[in-house]
Amino acid sequence: MLRAEGVAKRFGATMALDGLDLEIAPGEFFALLGGSGSGKTTLLRLIAGFETPDAGRLLLEGRDLVPLPPHARPVTMMFQSYALFPHLTVSDNVAYGLRRAGVPREERRRRVAEALALVRLEGFGHRRPHQLSGGQRQRVALARSLVVRPRLLLLDEPLGALDASLREATGFELRTLQRATGAAFVMVTHDQTEAMALADRIGVLERGRLVQVGPPTEVYERPATRFVAGFLGGANLLSGVVRPDGGVDCAEVGCVLRAAVPVTAHPAGAAVTLALRPERIRMQAEGAQPPEETNAARGTVAEVAFRGELSTALVRFDGGATLRVSRPSAEGAPERGAQVTLTWPAEALTVLAD
Amino acid sequence: MRDPAPSLPVPRRLAPRRLAILLPAWAWLALFVAAPALVLLGIALGHYDTGVPPFQPPFGPGGAWQGTFANFVAIATDPFYRDSFLRSLLVAFVTASLCLLIGYPMALAIARAPEARRTPLLLAVLLPFWTGFLIRVGAWIGLLRDEGWLNGVLRVLGVIEAPLPLLYTSLAMYVGMVHAYLPFAVLPLYATLARRDPALEEAAADLGARPAVVFLTVTLPLSAPGVAAAFLLVFIPAAGEFVIPDLLGPPEAQLVGRVLWGEFFQNRDWPLAAALAVVLLVVLILPIRLFQRLEAEQR
Repeated sequence: MLRAEGVAKRFGATMALDGLDLEIAPGEFFALLGGSGSGKTTLLRLIAGFETPDAGRLLLEGRDLVPLPPHARPVTMMFQSYALFPHLTVSDNVAYGLRRAGVPREERRRRVAEALALVRLEGFGHRRPHQLSGGQRQRVALARSLVVRPRLLLLDEPLGALDASLREATGFELRTLQRATGAAFVMVTHDQTEAMALADRIGVLERGRLVQVGPPTEVYERPATRFVAGFLGGANLLSGVVRPDGGVDCAEVGCVLRAAVPVTAHPAGAAVTLALRPERIRMQAEGAQPPEETNAARGTVAEVAFRGELSTALVRFDGGATLRVSRPSAEGAPERGAQVTLTWPAEALTVLAD
Repeated sequence: MRDPAPSLPVPRRLAPRRLAILLPAWAWLALFVAAPALVLLGIALGHYDTGVPPFQPPFGPGGAWQGTFANFVAIATDPFYRDSFLRSLLVAFVTASLCLLIGYPMALAIARAPEARRTPLLLAVLLPFWTGFLIRVGAWIGLLRDEGWLNGVLRVLGVIEAPLPLLYTSLAMYVGMVHAYLPFAVLPLYATLARRDPALEEAAADLGARPAVVFLTVTLPLSAPGVAAAFLLVFIPAAGEFVIPDLLGPPEAQLVGRVLWGEFFQNRDWPLAAALAVVLLVVLILPIRLFQRLEAEQR
């Protein structure tokens, strides 16, 4: 539906977007995930038409968007600040786009009422934006964007300005609305849990480049690069040297790492980095019989932090590495200083590209 | 946006310090605004007299009332005074409107300019203040008179044969007025427009509004307080202006400032001149109050 081909944008000396290719499917919920300065907001503003790309094409259903001014693009954007018009009532805010499209009065009234009902704000039509709470404002902004029935809705940090307690519920609502309207949503966020919870697919941006695109589980379980592995859920990074049999000698941990697929893309003797999710590691106290697993290593518990559902332990190895291990708190946390055996299955290891 | 934080209660213990800060301001207002206004009102209620000073105060020895309202009645009924008031208000209105029409695009362009270029542009707006006021008006005389630059250039180019009557016309008066008062319109407009949220204009464009519609439905309504401030900052001094109309304008256009000057210095009728000043003050306080009311409603 939306295709970006080699899109590049430079601000002064900084390359905001560096030859980006991307394809969004109709009705898809796509999350652009990245830190500040990764170019994610720039991409959104290019699609909306507030910036012009230095190179590349943006095609919406085959039509080039770049020559079109923002008001002529069948795309709407929900701003991070919501950008509600302070001098207009909630109804007039929602009706703004319909008025511009010349929708007749009766239909306009009906569609505004529908849109307000969709975001559960019936009866708020006569209020001004400053009389609403943050969550209500967010829903007005959503109604104002959706009422014009865009084929593509861009959302800039849609949950960013909400209190933590509101985020999960609002996220679910966003997902429900997206399914109900059938529009494609492209969301920009720096919050990996938000991206994983909402999106059908995630694109991870690093310094103006898409480093990995895929469904949340895939990006989470099989990160392509160190950056992705670190950005999504803080994976452990293990470096080692490839053995002729496809295993990896890891001096830091003091064991041979065996991934599900033998490491054959790299020649023997090459240095590689592997990602290992903290929650995939099992921990056994000294003396207990560790389960039969492909990978096992012995270390010392350096720190334990209780985090509610999960407890995180830092386990130090003689080789110098420290691994984060997340286990359900119900399993019982180990003592600080205890000797433990860590085991993990072969498929928990992912070889990174860099 | 998060809900605004509940406003903090103002500690009452600060009162003496606030008083210390406000006292000089209040003293200044009392000495140089309230007291002269009262003296002015006193003279306006007095009788004309040939003496020094040339009036009888409204209260005689022992506080007995000997004043008169005749000066105010004259201003309200005599067409000469009444018309000079109306003409002044019209000139002030047209001047303020012209300043808005010219100043708004200027202020918007400065507000939209890259940050580094805004200060030089604002300085350029203020540049005329580096030259004396009378010299600037005098320059217009040199440009507009029959043997002046403009007529000279037009004659050399063969556009005209006889000089165009430019000086001592309404056109010359408005050129001079707008030139003198334009910065007073640009500065408050710029202050409002510089604070505008560009995301609102982008949101409007995003929802299908063309640039002209964005301006009419978002930029202009949201800058209304700045427009009102700019209008009043020009209107109020322009209503009392008499130097520019006197030097550049048509001789028959007697504005209230000129009439007041004439009553005071030529006819030496201090009570009537004072009454004119009081009425002008009252007439100009009305729009200021209206503006304050509007601003309070905006919040």
